Amino acid sequence: MNARIFRELRAIAGKNGLITSPEELHTYECDGLTNLRVMPCAVLLPDSREQVQAIVRVCHREKIPFVARGSGTGLSGGALPVENGIVIVMTRMNRILEVDLPNARVVVEPGVLNLDVTGRVQSQEYFYAPDPGSQSVCSIGGNVAENSGGAHCLKYGFTTTHVLGLEVVLPDGSLIHLGGKILDAPGYDLAGVFVGSEGTLGIATKIVLRIVKRPECVQTLLAAFPSTNEAGAAVSGVIAAGMLPAAMEIMDNLAIQAAEAAVHANYPSCGGLLLVELDGPTAEVEAQMCQVTEICRANGSSEIRLAQSDAERALFWKGRKSAFAAVGRISPNYIIQDGVIPRTALPRVMSEIERLSNEAGLRVANVFHAGDGNLHPLVLYDKRIPGQEQAAEALSIRILELCIAAGGSITGEHGVGEDKKKMISKMFSEPDLDTMQRVRCAFDPLQLSNPTKIFPRTRLCGEKPGEYVAHPLETAGLAERF
Amino acid sequence: METSASLKAIGAASAIEEKLREIVGAASVRAASLADAISDQHARIVVEPGSDQELASVLRLANEVGLAVIPRGGGTKPDWGNTPTRADLILSTARLAKVIEHVWADLTVTVEAGCTLQRLQDALSQHGQRLALDPLWPERATVGGVLSTNDSGALRLRFGSLRDLIIGVTIALPDGTLASSGGKVVKNVAGYDLPKLMTGALGTLGVITRAVFRLHPLPKIAQSFSARMSNLETAQRALHSVQNSKLAHAAMQVRAAGDVPPEVDVLFEGTKAGLAAQATHLKKSLDPVVVAEAPASVWSARQELWFTSDSAVIAKISLLPASIANGMETVRRVADHHKIRWKAVAEATGIGWLRLDGSPHYLHVAFRELRTEFESRGGSLAVLHRPAGFAPLEAWGNAGDALPLMRAVKRQFDSKSTLNPGRFVGGI
Repeated sequence: MNARIFRELRAIAGKNGLITSPEELHTYECDGLTNLRVMPCAVLLPDSREQVQAIVRVCHREKIPFVARGSGTGLSGGALPVENGIVIVMTRMNRILEVDLPNARVVVEPGVLNLDVTGRVQSQEYFYAPDPGSQSVCSIGGNVAENSGGAHCLKYGFTTTHVLGLEVVLPDGSLIHLGGKILDAPGYDLAGVFVGSEGTLGIATKIVLRIVKRPECVQTLLAAFPSTNEAGAAVSGVIAAGMLPAAMEIMDNLAIQAAEAAVHANYPSCGGLLLVELDGPTAEVEAQMCQVTEICRANGSSEIRLAQSDAERALFWKGRKSAFAAVGRISPNYIIQDGVIPRTALPRVMSEIERLSNEAGLRVANVFHAGDGNLHPLVLYDKRIPGQEQAAEALSIRILELCIAAGGSITGEHGVGEDKKKMISKMFSEPDLDTMQRVRCAFDPLQLSNPTKIFPRTRLCGEKPGEYVAHPLETAGLAERF
Repeated sequence: METSASLKAIGAASAIEEKLREIVGAASVRAASLADAISDQHARIVVEPGSDQELASVLRLANEVGLAVIPRGGGTKPDWGNTPTRADLILSTARLAKVIEHVWADLTVTVEAGCTLQRLQDALSQHGQRLALDPLWPERATVGGVLSTNDSGALRLRFGSLRDLIIGVTIALPDGTLASSGGKVVKNVAGYDLPKLMTGALGTLGVITRAVFRLHPLPKIAQSFSARMSNLETAQRALHSVQNSKLAHAAMQVRAAGDVPPEVDVLFEGTKAGLAAQATHLKKSLDPVVVAEAPASVWSARQELWFTSDSAVIAKISLLPASIANGMETVRRVADHHKIRWKAVAEATGIGWLRLDGSPHYLHVAFRELRTEFESRGGSLAVLHRPAGFAPLEAWGNAGDALPLMRAVKRQFDSKSTLNPGRFVGGI
């Protein structure tokens, strides 16, 4: 990038909106996946949609790749800068633009923090349902990019369920609107494609969210089991009984130890801990909670506790929500993995993880959203011991391969980003990935928006779609007749 | 010269039919009849492939030789969308009708596109589960057709629409590619969400060959309640007080018409104890309006709009949930002015269904007026059914500033406009 472009960008974003000094750029060289780092050429901090458009227009004209970034909490390197590119940080666009309670909509700028949406409407007994672990610091724009989940998406759905409309700056700088405050706008559901596209299709500058009324009653139960297998069997029992809890979470012994060391959640010491949350009308919840308790007992739970107060429920959750960070108490380094399996494969996959962990001589702590089969194995290692980091990475990949083999996915909520580009081709075939990239070619033919992420091989947008391939059934002479 | 050209064309047509028979077998290729018409377009040939691969091969052949393809499931909604600009080959999914895998313990199902909703639900109910969707004509409508038209009923309030229920899809593209995206697990963010792109795309990007859905348990009991309202404004207040309450209703709708007072219907699903408490709560929150238990048939009101509808216009309304009464008042005003009869079912989500009866000319005028009014408030009005003699009218209305991008997506998937040409928004 030359001085003229820097001057132009400074004129757009102002002196305080452009960072070029190496010491300050360091802050932006990685996101939550800290082992991958790339220095950007510049960081822009726009405070309006017009500035975003102007910056993107310059990038388009000069063919400069750009990466949009929210709070930088992502765990797959989605906001990792690209070589010779710039980073556009959206945190200054952090206004809640509209709260429309009669229609249960909130319109926000992308830099608004997830928890602040609920904060704004909770006095009216509404909440914003997607609750990723980082919800007090992560931004809605980042949630849109990653289609963030959370513990309660079993019942309430993911970010994509709650995003109804988007204002988007396309990679050529033009501004368009996808979806809206109203459902089923005429045309393709491009809002549905944009959410979860990991910043590869453009930059959202305004987001219409759906909010949800707080349920009448919430009850949370903690059940201790000899191992995660019995806990998993209880989860299957709950599903088979026709219940859809708001959340079902399992932690294994190592994760429990870590949570205890970190936040003293007062969890029972056991091989597998199950947390079940039910919400809805009081009579319904009470009837179902009796059933859940019975199912836990029948599956060998030695201890069952029902939270007796909001404070106790908060403590139940505190241990679970702090589990990732808590692992730092029992291991100097760790890899947070994110894979999904069909719920029924849980016992098989867990014992396989245990076998692999023993084989590698590395400990694996397991925390998972059991209701939807989303595993978060934490592979513990010590960087100072030569070879251990590589062994941990290898083990972490083996675990994802298990997920694929079980018919699952390489990511349930953290995204593919830079981290899992190689893994995605083990989950999807070349034609599958190529078909997805047709969408990208429509949005971003020059491949400027977060260009190196998700896909291991970039489809050239110049490639003629539907390119002629000789078909075995085809005979010479047929084509010339038309 | 002309004779020779048309003879050559006949020869080519029979050569193509021969190729099609080679792909799918002679019994699965037939000449189209009048019953196969798509609005006013008459295709020449109907092909029923027996597998994903056969379907993809047929599509590729058609694309190569320039035949326009109309994908078809149960054929229940041939008049939805614009009349196609060309129609040569009807690609039927009738033989792709298997429930491939119902993993009840995972609450998921993989099903072929040609399976009817009813058959799917029957299979799922054996394990006490369902696809939580109430589409039109489930005994004939297929998975692929319901997905492509994004049809949903009142249950959407609680369970979302197809975009929220579909977790995986396999499609055939015009170049013969068979591609899958999503997967078999409920939670999955690997790659782009093509299942959502295919939902509501009216088969203009690819032909859905199979889909994977997340399922819900069948409710232990369901109970419906209705309340007659003095006018639309009180109906709107009732909707709001239920929506703003802590009731866990599964569906809610307003039935309105020119000549009778509006009725609000509420559906509860759950356990016996839970339902009794909710019924009491509902009655209290709507007091002094009288709330009575209602038959489940109130939820057929949407489908009944199509009853002997030859001379009617039927349209899908989309409005903000808090503007339903306002929208219905607009319908009343415009309908009264043009002396036409109207009847509507509006769901609490803001999605509604409107039937207008009258002379084709006034229907046309009234419809255009209504569309202008709805669009000026950010809503939309799409035609689903037109009477004979109704002047041409774009089916969808304004697709907004993303239309150029939609065209770009179409070009990437179907560069020769082989699939349902002209049927979608903006002539896509």
